Amino acid sequence: MDTDALRELTFTDSKDQLRFITCGSVDDGKSTLIGRFLHDSKAIYEDQLQALARDSVKHGTTGDDIDFALLVDGLEAEREQGITIDVAYRFFTTPRRSFMVADTPGHEQYTRNMATGASNAQLAVILIDARKSVLVQTKRHSYICSLLGIRHVVVALNKMDLVDYRKEVFDRIVDDYVDFASNLGFTSIAAIPISARYGDNIIRLSRNTDWFHGPCLLDYLENIDIQSETAGLPFRFPVQWVNRPNLDFRGYAGTVVSGSIAVGDEIVIPASGRNSRVKQIVTYDGDLVRAEAGDAVTITLTDEIDIGRGDIIAKPTERPEVADQFAAHLIWMDQEPMVPGRSYALRIGTQSIASGSITAMKYRIDVNTGAHVAARTLSLNEIGFCNIATVQPAAFDAYEANRRTGSFIVIDRDTNRTVGAGMIAFPLRRAANIAWQPLSLGKKERAALKHQRPCIIWFTGFSGAGKSTIANLVDQKLFAMSYHTMLLDGDNLRHGLNRDLGFTESDRVENIRRVGEVAKLMADSGLLVICSFISPYKAERDMVRDLVDDGEFIEVFVDTPIGECVRRDPKGLYAKAKSGTIRNFTGIDAPYEAPSAPEIHLTTLNQQPERLADTVLNCLATRGIIVPANRTEN
Amino acid sequence: MNAQNITEPQTRTLPRHLRRLEAESIEIMREVVAEFSKPVMLYSIGKDSSVMLHLAQKAFYPAKVPFPLLHVDTTWKFREMISFRDGTAQRLGINLIVHVNQDGIERGINPIESGSTLHTQVMKTDALKQALDLYGFDAAFGGARRDEEKSRAKERIFSFRSQGHVWDPRNQRPELWNLFNTRSRNGETMRVFAISNWTELDVWEYIMLENIPVVPLYFAKQRWVVHRNGTLIMVDDERLPLAPDETPELKMMRFRTLGCYPLSGAIESDAATIKDIVAEMQVATLSERQGRLIDTDEVASMEKKKREGYF
Repeated sequence: MDTDALRELTFTDSKDQLRFITCGSVDDGKSTLIGRFLHDSKAIYEDQLQALARDSVKHGTTGDDIDFALLVDGLEAEREQGITIDVAYRFFTTPRRSFMVADTPGHEQYTRNMATGASNAQLAVILIDARKSVLVQTKRHSYICSLLGIRHVVVALNKMDLVDYRKEVFDRIVDDYVDFASNLGFTSIAAIPISARYGDNIIRLSRNTDWFHGPCLLDYLENIDIQSETAGLPFRFPVQWVNRPNLDFRGYAGTVVSGSIAVGDEIVIPASGRNSRVKQIVTYDGDLVRAEAGDAVTITLTDEIDIGRGDIIAKPTERPEVADQFAAHLIWMDQEPMVPGRSYALRIGTQSIASGSITAMKYRIDVNTGAHVAARTLSLNEIGFCNIATVQPAAFDAYEANRRTGSFIVIDRDTNRTVGAGMIAFPLRRAANIAWQPLSLGKKERAALKHQRPCIIWFTGFSGAGKSTIANLVDQKLFAMSYHTMLLDGDNLRHGLNRDLGFTESDRVENIRRVGEVAKLMADSGLLVICSFISPYKAERDMVRDLVDDGEFIEVFVDTPIGECVRRDPKGLYAKAKSGTIRNFTGIDAPYEAPSAPEIHLTTLNQQPERLADTVLNCLATRGIIVPANRTEN
Repeated sequence: MNAQNITEPQTRTLPRHLRRLEAESIEIMREVVAEFSKPVMLYSIGKDSSVMLHLAQKAFYPAKVPFPLLHVDTTWKFREMISFRDGTAQRLGINLIVHVNQDGIERGINPIESGSTLHTQVMKTDALKQALDLYGFDAAFGGARRDEEKSRAKERIFSFRSQGHVWDPRNQRPELWNLFNTRSRNGETMRVFAISNWTELDVWEYIMLENIPVVPLYFAKQRWVVHRNGTLIMVDDERLPLAPDETPELKMMRFRTLGCYPLSGAIESDAATIKDIVAEMQVATLSERQGRLIDTDEVASMEKKKREGYF
């Protein structure tokens, strides 16, 4: 193929885009390969080449030759260390196709970056060093590609120049690879002998490998038939935004992620079970009769039904799953390890789930071998299989069936970092089997009988801060004012309901989860529930906050400096923690996350507990939870 | 364009790869409007801004574009850019906010005496931060593309900026599938690059096929220029000081990229129509940003500018 042909532009409707990922480590010549693609398809301009030539002298590793890797490794840190630390997206075009390449790092510590690049790719080019054969990292990359739903793989056997372009080397390694990859679910595996440095079999067939009859890598990428992954699938339309420019128009804006829809088709909203028909498919360029996978449109319906962002529009005959518990593969992407039971935020399609948690870790996957390993948590770059529960039901498909509706991300509610990404395997039946018993008597009725507004008054702070002392006084004062209260305290719950729990991070999370559920039930019975717990993690306090209605969770931060708590040491615990007889003690060798915006902030230094309790009562009165004067039973 | 006019999608003249890019950009824009309380579109008057604006009209139709445009004016833009800007806002009935760093004006900062680095820092980067803080925008669309420059290739679509608009390449959120993490706290903002995956060629093809108006400076015309350090600088007004040996000459020339006129190099060209431009691009040997003096004023300079809050 003549490289000049690459420059001709044709406006054919058949020209599409292939998105692929390159896998391999730095020294496999991955960046060099991409640099070579860009260079030979004239996607590199003269001024960039001149800069490259200058840089090659300065940082290059290729002697007098141009070091193409420098084109691709853009950030300063990478150029200094000669590594790729982030996903870089590159583009080049031929008359047949336009290409978008995700170039990702190869080391195990960058698994998350590789997964990121693979998540939107249809094909993977896996580089193997002809001198080294199939390595652990080759297996890791292949495994991640398979997990992320890539179905087409090209094995590019690089550095053929260093093994004298021998056919037997190529055949042996390709056989090894095919053996290994046979159970990874790839639809196609192609193999091409190349030299990224000298350009063999990349843009055109090389005379050095006259035993190889093609196609060369570019020909292969141009011609591979990537069956549209989404066309034949059930219709899915996650609603992004409700478009209401005036009272006469109510459209649902979004992108058809799979299947197709036509005007007049019957639709259903799986979460609510409501049906309607498609009235119009609106676009700026005129209304359409039908819309297909990939079209960003606005749909109007024949009926006024309640639909919002996060709903999926589907067809009644092919509905997605709706469940609040599912099993999923999870890739952990954060420095802070995953904490089972902790409340995280989730995004599934356009659905924002305020709170979801990992309820059970089934196993961790050794990405180098695919083996299942017992694990209770996941650390950065680890992949596991787990059960997840969400506070509200979500609509989804299995990732294997639909990448766009079966994927989700996990977000830390405190820092807002994206901490994980997952692929749903299947819904857990239990979600459908626990039907809520419709209760004819609710919180409102039970509270009305007691003439009070139920709430949870949550004291948090270090051990010895004075939480229990103040909480007790508040309880007594409320009782004296004829309020129906209940006091839950860390120590007395750990003697009963929570006696199976220790003080590790995940046990602390479970401790607070149970306390929160108990407090919620008591609030439902109409009580003012006073809770006194160290509760060191913000995420768990927020989880309890989410269990009750707005305004019913009063967080009281008992703010005593750690030095003062150690000095008081009412239970002698700090002394034990310092001597090492107690582990995981908050403030000593376990963290405390102070509330950023508590409803009530008590600084206790030089204050009398009595006065502090009155402060709490005043705040409760201001919030309308209690009437400040004594009241009598009616 | 007629809403009553029902068309089969096959009659759309866009090639498939452009249809896909268009749909993706529309999806990104809708995501921002659904998730942020006060978005804005940074409008630089260039071809990429013109495409973004066109996409925004498509994304929210039949509603009007639900956010204002913000132009950070350094007061050194080409005169033709300013008249195009005002004409466009009027034509589309869009709320246009123009912000100038008055403090920079008072300090006498300009691209000629202050040098390109300081001028860009004060009149563009600082001015942008000022405007975002002043109006309290929590998300800003930008027209940067990943194919433009090395460090851009690694930029996220939703680029997170911590307090003070700081971009830390090591503190960016992973972006998988099309699931964007749009959460932010007070004072944190998001820059959103809705045409990240478009190339320069895609942009021009799209402008051609969709008949999108662009500033006339992109088309070849006889213009007054001087040769300076290997670039052609247009004499756009009397503020450009001329060296004793410099005489402006009339040349057929055009611009591939637009900015402050003393910092934007022109190219000699006869490409007077979009078709000509696309044809010229196919034989171009220099990159789009080569006329931008601010990219090369120090090593790794784009990355540095970005860390400081430049777009």
